[in-house]
Amino acid sequence: MKPFTYERAENAQAAAQAAVENPQTRFIAGGTNLLDLMKMEIERQAHLIDVSRLPLAAIEEGADCALRIGAMATNSAVAADPRVRSRYPVLVQAIVSGGSPQLRNKASVAGNLMQRTRCAYFYDTAKPCNKRQPGSGCGAMEGLNRNAAVFGASEACIATHPSDMAVALSVLDAKVETIDSQGFKRRLELDEFHRLPGDTPQVETALQPGELITAVVLPPPPEGPQAYRKVRDRASYAGGLASVAVADGRVALGAVALKPWRAARAEAALTAGASPAEAIAAELEGAQDRGRNGFKIDLLSRLVPAVIAQARGDAA
Amino acid sequence: MKTTITVNGQARALDLDPRTTLLDALREHLRLTGSKKGCDHGQCGACTVLVNGVRINSCLSLAVMHDGDEVTTIEGVGAPEKLSPIQQAFLTEDAFQCGYCTPGQICSAIGMLAEVEANWPSQETADLKGRIRLTDAELRERMSGNICRCSAYPQIVAAIRAVAGEPA
Repeated sequence: MKPFTYERAENAQAAAQAAVENPQTRFIAGGTNLLDLMKMEIERQAHLIDVSRLPLAAIEEGADCALRIGAMATNSAVAADPRVRSRYPVLVQAIVSGGSPQLRNKASVAGNLMQRTRCAYFYDTAKPCNKRQPGSGCGAMEGLNRNAAVFGASEACIATHPSDMAVALSVLDAKVETIDSQGFKRRLELDEFHRLPGDTPQVETALQPGELITAVVLPPPPEGPQAYRKVRDRASYAGGLASVAVADGRVALGAVALKPWRAARAEAALTAGASPAEAIAAELEGAQDRGRNGFKIDLLSRLVPAVIAQARGDAA
Repeated sequence: MKTTITVNGQARALDLDPRTTLLDALREHLRLTGSKKGCDHGQCGACTVLVNGVRINSCLSLAVMHDGDEVTTIEGVGAPEKLSPIQQAFLTEDAFQCGYCTPGQICSAIGMLAEVEANWPSQETADLKGRIRLTDAELRERMSGNICRCSAYPQIVAAIRAVAGEPA
């Protein structure tokens, strides 16, 4: 691990201000992903700002939203919350399918959104990776790319975003609330928060320098049924090969793009009266096989109708 | 960096490089070597300890971030002459072979049973609104963050079951 200096933030705006003043900075909350990457010297920041004790862990009903989940709430706390469980079961199901209990007990909501890809070429510092070292190339493109993206990838990067939670937040139309060094607050649609790789895969979110996530806000739950299902190589405690979140007529896909993939074409087809199989077929017209990840296209063609049926069955 | 952590009921003052993980502070600075370093990346669970009663991977946490926290390691769970019921159950059920993962398994089991008591859901929980029934499937899923290379899983389940009792 590279040496770094450490400070504990006094308040959210001060944390943002400190991050602007020192560009070689990372915020740390749960640290479960960041510390892992620091040990492998993939993250090599000179300064850490500890935001874990900021009073941002509350989960509360808001005047301008149905539920406001503080950025520092642990993944476990969100999954255990009775309001989340009764109104947003898809969010609970997504959270408890991610990581292990020990990780969920430490990992924050904001950190879950900020976690980096698990692409093996990003992790292997002996290999090229445009995300880790811009301009070095993409080792996954011609390599072991079984878990690569089938949607929204570029010639520079075919990595996926690893979050389960974010897939459910996407299908629930959540927003990300932030504060900057001037104290200015804004809310970003989750769909605008994570960026597709394009030519700059090292730029992963819409956050400006120093901008700190303070909460995730949820609108009222959709009226229709919700469900989440994750397919992976082990029954538990493994990253996804593909996952599906369904809420009412909305569909979001996980582990298939560098962001939670809102299946807009499938949703439009469903609205127009298409069957679930026809709807996902429409979405998959835009999917790209990179060599070893083509199975995800077949997998999604069966998984999405199955999860839609599961959701409808659960509601009955 | 000055940090004070209450470990197994005792306030311990430390002066640490900020890079020191909680696991290394416990093992290398406080000589509490019960917590084990398996993978050092949060994948195996051998380093599991309780922080303010909640189980976490101590390898993926900076010690300086735990100033003022209360940490319980396997040394605080019981002693050779005074084993806790869960430690005794691991012996009785032969729930280990090499024993390397055992301190993490036991700390994890203690945290897990508290989570069940608090009615926290897992991916095996079908009814998110009711009380958790700690079935074997629930128990196994909830212990999935602790790997046992000797594969003593059936005995680990039996040991935890002996303490937890059968689901109602």
